[in-house]
Amino acid sequence: MAPRPAGDLVVRARNVRRAFGPTTVLDGVDLDVAPGEVVALLGGSGSGKSTLLRILAGLDPAASGDFTVPSRNAVVFQEHRLLPWKRVLDNVGLGVSDRSRCTDALAEVGLADRARAWPIELSGGQAQRVAFARALARQPSVLLLDEPFGALDALTRLRMQELFGRLRARHGFAALLVTHDVDEALLLADRALVLDRGVIAADLPVELAHPRAPDAPGFGNLRRRLLELLGVPVP
Amino acid sequence: MTIVAAPDTSVASRATPPPAKRRLRWQRALSPVLILVVWEVASRAGLIAEDKLPAPSTVLRTGWRLARDGTLGDHLLDSLTRAAIGLLIGGVLALVLGSVAGLLRAGDDAIDPPVQMARMLPHLALVPLLIIWVGIGESMKITLVALGVFFPLYFNTYAGIRDIDERLVEAARTCGLGTWQRIRHVILPGALPSLFLGLRLAIGAAWLSLVVGEQTNTQNGIGFLMMEAREFSQTDVVVLGLFVYAGLGLLSDLLLRILERRALAWRRGLQAT
Repeated sequence: MAPRPAGDLVVRARNVRRAFGPTTVLDGVDLDVAPGEVVALLGGSGSGKSTLLRILAGLDPAASGDFTVPSRNAVVFQEHRLLPWKRVLDNVGLGVSDRSRCTDALAEVGLADRARAWPIELSGGQAQRVAFARALARQPSVLLLDEPFGALDALTRLRMQELFGRLRARHGFAALLVTHDVDEALLLADRALVLDRGVIAADLPVELAHPRAPDAPGFGNLRRRLLELLGVPVP
Repeated sequence: MTIVAAPDTSVASRATPPPAKRRLRWQRALSPVLILVVWEVASRAGLIAEDKLPAPSTVLRTGWRLARDGTLGDHLLDSLTRAAIGLLIGGVLALVLGSVAGLLRAGDDAIDPPVQMARMLPHLALVPLLIIWVGIGESMKITLVALGVFFPLYFNTYAGIRDIDERLVEAARTCGLGTWQRIRHVILPGALPSLFLGLRLAIGAAWLSLVVGEQTNTQNGIGFLMMEAREFSQTDVVVLGLFVYAGLGLLSDLLLRILERRALAWRRGLQAT
C-alpha cells in the first residue's frame, strides 16, 4: 500500500506492542484505515487480532505504541453484549441522547417492531442485529468489529454479511473487521491484512466488484492466496 | 422466584396451558392447611394437652381478643419500629460498605478482611457485650437488628457487584459511558438480583434478632408479650407470638417478591410483556 498522509486516515496505528507476561503477542504493528474503507484483519487463532482490536477500541491500557482512533467509533463484539435489564431500544440508546437516531438505527436492521422487547427474548441473530443498531446509532466514522458474525449459524451469518454490506453502502463508515473467515473477508473488505507473529505479514487489496459472491471470477484466486498466507495452502 | 426460560419467539406455542401453574400454587397451600386441620382435630380430641399446645382456634380467639383491646397492635407496632430502624441503619451501612468494597480495590482491601472476620462470630452472641456497650434498653435491640441485617446484605451487595459480567461493562465503555453512568446503567441493575436476595436474608435476620433482643429486659414488643405470657403459663399467647412472627416473615417475603417481580421483569422476558 502506498503511504498516505496521516490526516487522510481514520485509524492510524504505529508500532503497537502488547505482551502477556513473557509472550509477545503484538510486536510492532502498523495499521491504517482510510475513511470509508473496510479492512479485514485475519490471522490464526491466538495471532493477536482481537487483542489489536481491543487496543484500538481503548479497552487495553497495558498496550504501548501510537495510535489514533476517532472518538466517534463503535464496537461490535462476537457476543451481542446487550444489557439484559434494558429493553432493546434502551440498549441501542446507551450513551446516545438523540432518541430518533436509535429508532432509525433499529429500523435499519429491521427490528423496529422489537423496540420494547427484552434482550432475553431475541434470537442470536436478532440480538446481534441490535448490537449493530447500537453501533450505528452512534453514527461512527469507524466501526471496530471483533468477529461479529462468528457466533451465528451459517445462514444467519450470510444474512448478516449482506446487511453489513447494505449499511456500509448507505452510511459510508470505515470498518476494521477482525475475522477468521477468509470468505467473509473477501466478501466484505476492501483490503485484507494478515497478522502473523505479532506483525502485519501481508496486505492484500481485494479488488472485486460489488456485490460480491464466492463464485465470482477472481474470488477463488484471492481465496487461495489468503489461505496460503494464513498457512493453510489449498492443493 | 421462579425463572421461566423464555421460549424462542418463532416457536413459542400458544397452546402452553397456564392453568398448570395456577394449580401448582394452589397445591402449595394444601399441606400447611392440612397441618392446621390435624392439629385442631388432635387438640379437640384431647390428644394434645391444652396447656402444652392450645388448638389453633384457641390461639386465633386469643389473638382476636388481644387485637380488640389494642394490646397486640401496640406491641406489634413497637416490634415493627425496632425492626425498621435496625433495618435502616444496618441496611444503609451494608449498602455503603458493600459498594465501596465491591467497586474499589482499595475499599476491598480495607473493608473486606475485617468484615470477613466479624462474620465468623454469631452476632447474637454479642448480646452480653452489647449490653455493656449500649445498655439494656432500646439501643441494644436496634443494634442487634442492625448487626443481623448488615452481614447478609453486605455480602450480597459485594458479590452482586463482583459478579457482573466484565464484558458488559466493557461494552458500556465502548458506548462512551463514564464511571457514574456505568454504575447507573450497568452495575446497579446488574447487582439488583443479588441485592434483593440480600434484603430477603436481611429481613429474616432482622426478625431473628428481634426475637432474641425482645426477650431481655423489655416492656413492649411481641417478644415481651410472649415472655410475660410464659410467666403466667398462657400458652395460647406464646403460640400467638409465634404466629405473629411467622406472619410477619411471610408478609415481608411476599412484599419483597412483588417488588422483585416488578424490578426484575427483564429476567422473565416474554412473561412480563
